Amino acid sequence: MSQPPDATVGMRLSLSHVSKSFPGVRANDDVSLAVRPGEIHALLGENGAGKSTLVKIIYGVQQADSGEIRFDGRPVEIASPKAARRLGIGMVFQHFSLFDGMTVLENIALGLDETVPRDVLEARIRAVLDSYSLPLDPNRAVHTLSVGERQRIEIVRCLLQDPKLLIMDEPTSVLTPQEVERLFETLRRIATQGCSILYISHKLDEIRALCESATILRGGKVVATCDPRAETTRRMAELMIGAELKSIERPAGERRGGALRLAVDGLDMPGEPPFGTSLKNVSFSVHAGEILGIAGVAGNGQAELLLALSGEHRAASDDAIRLDGRPLGLADAGTRRAAGLACVPEERNGHAAVPGFTLAENALLTARHRLPLTRSGLVRGGAVARFAREVIARFDVRTTGPEALAGSLSGGNLQKFIMGREIGQTPEVLVVAQPTWGVDAGAAAAIRQALVDLAARGSAIVVISQDLDELLELADRLCVINEGRLSPARPVAGLALEEIGLLMGGIHGESPAEPAHA
Amino acid sequence: MLELRPRRAPSRIMTYLSPLIAIAATMATGTLVFGALGYDGLRAVEAIFLTPLLEPQRWPDLGVKAAPLIVIALGLAIGFRANVWNIGAEGQYVMGAIAGTGIALLTHDLTGWWILPCMLLAGIVGGAAWAVLPALLKVRLQVSEILTSLMLTYVAVQVLYYLVRGPWKDPDGFNFPQTRMFSADQTLPAIAEGSLVHLGVPAALLLALCAWFLLSRSVAGYAVEVVGRAPAAARHGGFDAGRITWATMLASGGLAGLAGIVEATGPFGQLTPQFPVGYGFTAIIVAFMGRLSPPGIVFGALVLAVTYVGGEIAQSTVRLPAAAAGMFQAMLLFFLLATDVLVRYRPVLRRRG
Repeated sequence: MSQPPDATVGMRLSLSHVSKSFPGVRANDDVSLAVRPGEIHALLGENGAGKSTLVKIIYGVQQADSGEIRFDGRPVEIASPKAARRLGIGMVFQHFSLFDGMTVLENIALGLDETVPRDVLEARIRAVLDSYSLPLDPNRAVHTLSVGERQRIEIVRCLLQDPKLLIMDEPTSVLTPQEVERLFETLRRIATQGCSILYISHKLDEIRALCESATILRGGKVVATCDPRAETTRRMAELMIGAELKSIERPAGERRGGALRLAVDGLDMPGEPPFGTSLKNVSFSVHAGEILGIAGVAGNGQAELLLALSGEHRAASDDAIRLDGRPLGLADAGTRRAAGLACVPEERNGHAAVPGFTLAENALLTARHRLPLTRSGLVRGGAVARFAREVIARFDVRTTGPEALAGSLSGGNLQKFIMGREIGQTPEVLVVAQPTWGVDAGAAAAIRQALVDLAARGSAIVVISQDLDELLELADRLCVINEGRLSPARPVAGLALEEIGLLMGGIHGESPAEPAHA
Repeated sequence: MLELRPRRAPSRIMTYLSPLIAIAATMATGTLVFGALGYDGLRAVEAIFLTPLLEPQRWPDLGVKAAPLIVIALGLAIGFRANVWNIGAEGQYVMGAIAGTGIALLTHDLTGWWILPCMLLAGIVGGAAWAVLPALLKVRLQVSEILTSLMLTYVAVQVLYYLVRGPWKDPDGFNFPQTRMFSADQTLPAIAEGSLVHLGVPAALLLALCAWFLLSRSVAGYAVEVVGRAPAAARHGGFDAGRITWATMLASGGLAGLAGIVEATGPFGQLTPQFPVGYGFTAIIVAFMGRLSPPGIVFGALVLAVTYVGGEIAQSTVRLPAAAAGMFQAMLLFFLLATDVLVRYRPVLRRRG
């Protein structure tokens, strides 16, 4: 049907001198890039480098202030996503727009621009699934699917339109290593059919494995165009952040063997209906000076575990959670903080911090239990501002001061402030979820270093993350959470990536060997 | 073409400017609308918005009308800040008056300084009690307090009608539907001999000062704000949203009840079917106009009091119908909500092509 375009004719997509400004920030500054037909092209950059804005311009969500876009050689005005789809541009977003209660087929039907009879659509979906060997049942309800399978729905939705350019926005952030490998196979197959792929990521290893060329953005400008297969990861990272990469300094020697700080024993907690994950008999312990990593694919109970530990959800028994031997399972969030159990949830805006509050007001939110920030029911404004200023200085938060609104900070800066707020209270135990989610590389390194330093001072730390590289870098021991169950902790030294991947996919390795009966 | 672009941060200037723009827009629209209806539009607007401010003999009346609005709006603002939408202040206001009047009727042949404080206390308790049901339903069953509190208003008014026409009817009142007049010990004194202004007026200002201090300086005020802005963050910070809902609901009910009994023992001196004049609803406009802050509420209450007094003036001078004041008040809220868009967005003139 669609004849494969001749690669010599020209570029599939070319941007020349595209600029876009928002109040106070130049998101894209004179950006030019070109993607050949059938090429997998990486768009690389830190958070805030302008990747999202550029992609939104290509997909018609936003319009460029100046510059020219050519598609298959012709200059085009992409006024809306619908216009983009008509040109043959498809996009898979980082956050899926799927209805959990509906089937795969119904979800795809809802996303199409035209109305197609159900049986025709099903036949077309099956044809696409077959031609790319994608395993997916069109009649399954979405809430029964894994994240990888959900992503496949979005990909199929795009492929149904015979796209000439597929945009993938941070597609692997929620996948297991095995799922990533499978996605890459699919993407390579799509590319060999002549469809170009614009692949947005900041994960350099993936880009080196998948992409033939890369455009690196920093501060809205193109700083380099390169062949990622010919570059080192380190050099690309340095191009991306525009500075030399600092490695984390860990104190030498054995860190384990400290006193038992946090003990969780047989913690059960029902998930919130309809799609919450229940925690089932979760047990683990963390010692002074130790970092315990909890890996897992998103939606397997990480959010519930954090709420259960922070006290936002209470356990059924007081002994399920003990801090330095003191039972806290029934205590509320304030009591737990006062006792020294601090938590940082994954969501910064509206959970860890109030975006409409100043940094000082946000400092008060969780620090008032351990620090003398209030007196007889009144807020000690001076003390709060002083603490906020300390956090800002110590954690290098780029802001105008304690009176800046939390919502005006970039994700990385706000995360540094939140981490600083908790670490500044020197908790006995710190539980953090996704500490560097959506945070630029420089800030991520600073946050990881702060966690290592806190452990070195004798606190016990639990890091819940979907970023395996981060966990392998930070943690002394690692468990995997899958469908609300936690695997036993293993020392990170000598742990095979495949094994973690299998645990994340739900194959539990409780017994040392596979059952022998065949 | 005019286009609205999101601002990076809410505009502080617009926060304060938008009520003034709303007032100007109300005056302009009022001129046009009442002009089109065949009245002298310009004089109508002048009578409603300017005469009460320009004639000093109207000022005591402004104070007397502003006082209940301030007290009720303070309570509402505390709730609104916590995302607790008590729309039934009118019912709590009536219930407060009923509860306080109950004490007055029980003590009508007694004397003593303690009677008035007992009545005021009963007013607070009565208003708060009328907020218990909406609070309970919201916290336990997530029933919208907007509906329950509003509906209870009509129940309260019916209770009032029943009492003044039935068991509480003045035995010496020639069968008029009204209670006994309150005795001297049951009446709120004036600030000075012969003045129309009762003690409730300075008390309302004092209350605004206290509320301002508590909201801006206390941990409780902070808790209210966090619960309203980000419930998940409040829970994370160890605040109990259910308790905040209870506290703000009872506080707003209690303050509305206090306003009710103050109005009953002050200007009215008894309960009659004419007692509910809609202060409980008007106070919603006051709270929004005052940006949910006590100093702003004092200003907003003054503006709305002007429309009440001015409405009466316009009835006699321009022969405007009595409902005109209500129309102007509604327009104020309407334009205020509309201009509040400018706090978060800025208008930009966009060239086509």
